[in-house]
Amino acid sequence: MKTLEEYYDVVVVGAGHAGCEAALAAARLGCETIIFTVSMNSVALMPCNPNIGGSSKGHLVKEIDALGGEMGKNIDKTYIQSKMLNKSKGPAVHSLRAQADKDSYSMRMRYTLQNTDHLTLRQAEVTELLVEEGKVKGVKTFSGAVYHGKAVVLATGTYLKARCLYGDVVDYTGPNGLQAANHLSQSLREHGIELYRFKTGTPARIDKRSVDFSVMEEQFGDEKVVPFSFTNKEEDIRREQVSCWLTYTNEKTHEIIRENLDRSPLYSGVIEGTGPRYCPSIEDKVVRFADKKRHQLFIEPEGEFTNEMYVGGMSSSLPEDVQYAMYRSVKGLENVKIIRNAYAIEYDCINPNQLKLSLEFKNICGLFSGGQFNGSSGYEEAAGQGLLAGINAARFCKKEEPIILDRSQAYIGVLIDDLVTKENHEPYRMMTSRAEYRLLLRQDNADMRLTDLGHEIGLIDEERYEAFCEKRKRIEKEIGRLRNTTVGANKEVQELLIKNESTPLKSAATLAELIKRPELNYECLDEIDKKRETLDEEIIEQVNINLKYEGYISRQKKQVEQFKKMEKKLIPVDIHYEEIHNLRKEAVQKLNDVRPYSIGQASRISGVSPSDISVLLIYMEQIRHRKGKEDA
Amino acid sequence: MINEFDTIAAIATAVSNAGIGIIRISGENSLKILGEIFEPAGKNVKEWESHRVYYGNIKEKDTVIDECIVLIMKAPKSYTRENVVEIDCHGGVSVVYRILNLVIKHGARPAEPGEFTKRAFLNGRIDLSQAEAVMDVIDAKNELARRNSVAQLKGELSDRIKKVREEVLYQIAYIESALDDPEHMSLDGFSEKLGGLVQNWIEATQKMIDSYDNGRYIAEGIRTCIVGKPNAGKSSFLNALLGEERAIVTEIAGTTRDTLEESVNLDGITLNIVDTAGIRDTEDTVEKIGVEKARKEIDQADLVLFLVDTSVPFHKEDLDILERIKDKRKIVLLNKSDIDNYREEDYEALKSRLQKEDPILPISAKYHKGMDIFVKELKNLMFHGKIDANQEMYITNARHKKALDDSLESFRCVKESIENGMPEDFFTIDLMSAYEKLGLIVGEAVEEDLVNEIFSRFCTGK
Repeated sequence: MKTLEEYYDVVVVGAGHAGCEAALAAARLGCETIIFTVSMNSVALMPCNPNIGGSSKGHLVKEIDALGGEMGKNIDKTYIQSKMLNKSKGPAVHSLRAQADKDSYSMRMRYTLQNTDHLTLRQAEVTELLVEEGKVKGVKTFSGAVYHGKAVVLATGTYLKARCLYGDVVDYTGPNGLQAANHLSQSLREHGIELYRFKTGTPARIDKRSVDFSVMEEQFGDEKVVPFSFTNKEEDIRREQVSCWLTYTNEKTHEIIRENLDRSPLYSGVIEGTGPRYCPSIEDKVVRFADKKRHQLFIEPEGEFTNEMYVGGMSSSLPEDVQYAMYRSVKGLENVKIIRNAYAIEYDCINPNQLKLSLEFKNICGLFSGGQFNGSSGYEEAAGQGLLAGINAARFCKKEEPIILDRSQAYIGVLIDDLVTKENHEPYRMMTSRAEYRLLLRQDNADMRLTDLGHEIGLIDEERYEAFCEKRKRIEKEIGRLRNTTVGANKEVQELLIKNESTPLKSAATLAELIKRPELNYECLDEIDKKRETLDEEIIEQVNINLKYEGYISRQKKQVEQFKKMEKKLIPVDIHYEEIHNLRKEAVQKLNDVRPYSIGQASRISGVSPSDISVLLIYMEQIRHRKGKEDA
Repeated sequence: MINEFDTIAAIATAVSNAGIGIIRISGENSLKILGEIFEPAGKNVKEWESHRVYYGNIKEKDTVIDECIVLIMKAPKSYTRENVVEIDCHGGVSVVYRILNLVIKHGARPAEPGEFTKRAFLNGRIDLSQAEAVMDVIDAKNELARRNSVAQLKGELSDRIKKVREEVLYQIAYIESALDDPEHMSLDGFSEKLGGLVQNWIEATQKMIDSYDNGRYIAEGIRTCIVGKPNAGKSSFLNALLGEERAIVTEIAGTTRDTLEESVNLDGITLNIVDTAGIRDTEDTVEKIGVEKARKEIDQADLVLFLVDTSVPFHKEDLDILERIKDKRKIVLLNKSDIDNYREEDYEALKSRLQKEDPILPISAKYHKGMDIFVKELKNLMFHGKIDANQEMYITNARHKKALDDSLESFRCVKESIENGMPEDFFTIDLMSAYEKLGLIVGEAVEEDLVNEIFSRFCTGK
């Protein structure tokens, strides 16, 4: 029988958020790339929440954009509401979130894929991974066709051996009733890849016409929209926004849930997979926060041209009848009609400890992976990994060194380092608390942090790079000017200070010093700053933040220096942990599992204690010493 | 970076004019060097035998420097597991240094502090805890210091620090959780609550830092400076403390031309005493250098002993000295009080110029009178009378002190952030710094240059 055979540089399996970024990056870097999807209708599908961004996830999207990824641009085109979260907190935790028109989001991404040079979009189920002598060779599809590739990126999301559950109903499908991928898992196992079984869930979609919005709190978008992509200005994407709605569960809801807990597949033991602690189902919340009388529910539109609404905060795997009862117990949802049931989904993913920080498998050369397949959860987490996996697959083809972001550079760096280094037994969700240096890793300065790198990689074109360099120059110039501009204790200055409830000056001060005062900022000094030029808002924002929080920023930078010292202490690749005297057995095992590249990474492995690290440091010193002797 | 396989040498005994001096050499070339500079008595030696003592002369070219005993320990049966040679010479500062220089001239490198023990450790001869124990024994200058370090090992210091760390971590975790899950965790009123805790942490840290000086006095001794105008009896007083004649005591003003250092143990307290050249303006250049040095010594001293010659009237020079030491902890000693013309009331004016806590006592250095009262006052002044290592916990390690200073600074930053009404997510930056720094003390955080850190604390030659 004759089978189809084709040759590519990069083969991407799966066209979700990770796969799309991976394929676009590889193709844009000049690699002949093919991307597989089980259905042309599920490219960049958002099978759960209808938004992009949010706390810490907004940071990821902006970083993806700064590196030359697509997610930010795509949501800017298809958002229907935009909001900056946590504005009452410090700038480190400000997070951008946009409601997406799900269908448009998916369609626009597909269109971009279809119109990218060197990129082929193909509907087919990949069933086999081809590996020879520890090197990846390509994939085989269900039909038997072989697609050779120098590098392969696995981004299978939640499709591997997926099954959806609610109550005692089990559907052997991927999300949204889409076809599951039932064959690839076996092939991966045969190649020695260790698989986990994870679980996640989604709430019901309800009919807008059956909701009483009059008893809910309307949630508007921001008047001033901040784009996700640094290539967009507010005026480029400004639009009329739709509202979301806030309502709450109540004691009755909780009672219904408690009474029916035994009918949840989670509690009855049908579900084998581990669920995310940080994105809990309503059953979990009721059990875990037993003393809470109510939980927030956000009713969010799934798009502009649909009546489906998403019930944020109420994912569940309870049976259909219980779902009806509990949703209808909520204020404003008394007569609600469910369009799609809430369900839990189980799927195969890998133990990401099998990956290097480049997202290449340690044991299979040229095989990369990203997204929920790596044990994460969330569109943004997936896209961030996908982008790096795609970049590194392309660099692999070109025999270039991989790009690795460290924890002081980007949330993406934190995400990948956590996945690869730490023990992960549940879907990994990005959170601001996971980033140690978050004051440096702000969403507003993602371009400052990463555009140079994006340009170096080759995903930021010259025009954009020049614009960026200009922006950076202006920021630096303005900060320099403010540091060198002194105002005296004259009447005008004192009056302005008093007006802003700030202590009057005793002697002259620089404008930079005034901006540092908690009650003042760049904007309010306008009157006394005679030589001020009109600057773009995003430049003013950087000037403000950099001056206002200078002390904190410099202290955090010191912490980063400390961190980097440990990252630079590289562990020899051929180290034999078994031979190290005084190292605890558990540490030996964990170190062997992860095989960290540096002392810094080793210190983050769960089960490796500071004293193990001391022993390791001393051992390395001994090795160095011995080597010195041999060389002499 | 210095290669660690080269041959190192150092003086392994305290450098003093007394007794025997030992020069220790370790490394591949130690035997070769020995062959070049040492001539064993009697027959020629073809092959040095390990664990044998040789007797002979250390010679520089044809000149005999000293008559020595040499001990040889070949690798790996030595302290460092390298070839080790110990040269036992007759002492005298200049002889010991001359031999060391000779050894260095023949290819050895001066050892860094702790380098012998570091090699012993790196070559697997001793483990880390033994290394630390060696260090403690070396460092402990007296019984109190030894008891204090035992108390530290028992964990009193780490208990206190661990408690603060635990509390800090809890608050960090609370802020982080609240940022991640604002729906279920509220930060309302958090700042005020944290403010109170931070104040406690500041106080606890400050208390530990305050104990550092006392801890250092116990572990290292009190840096003490004896001052007084020429011929006030400084050298006699020093000799009285030491119980032997060390400094040159003459009747001519200005005989002590340089500073001398001596350690003296008084009822458990170690004084590291520098006897300075008499402070006075002088035209004599040689003496001028001594005077300059004396001024520097005063600045660095923990304690100044001011000797006043009561056999002559109180002089402008005494006032000048008093002015120079007015901010120091000091004891005024009215010397030569055995002489008939001493009258206590002559010194009322002087008393009025002192700080309230500064003791002023009559002594006679020459006849060893008033020394017991001096010791009592010394304890009062430096330790508020109590120096019981079993009851008080002292910080003695400079690295710990630094970590505590840094933590205190971080806690103050948190306090300032709270006072400035900063959002809660700013607090964690400095809380985390404090947490990490405190962790360095109890070994729950790791420093990258741990090995060098530990061994740099050793004394040279050990």
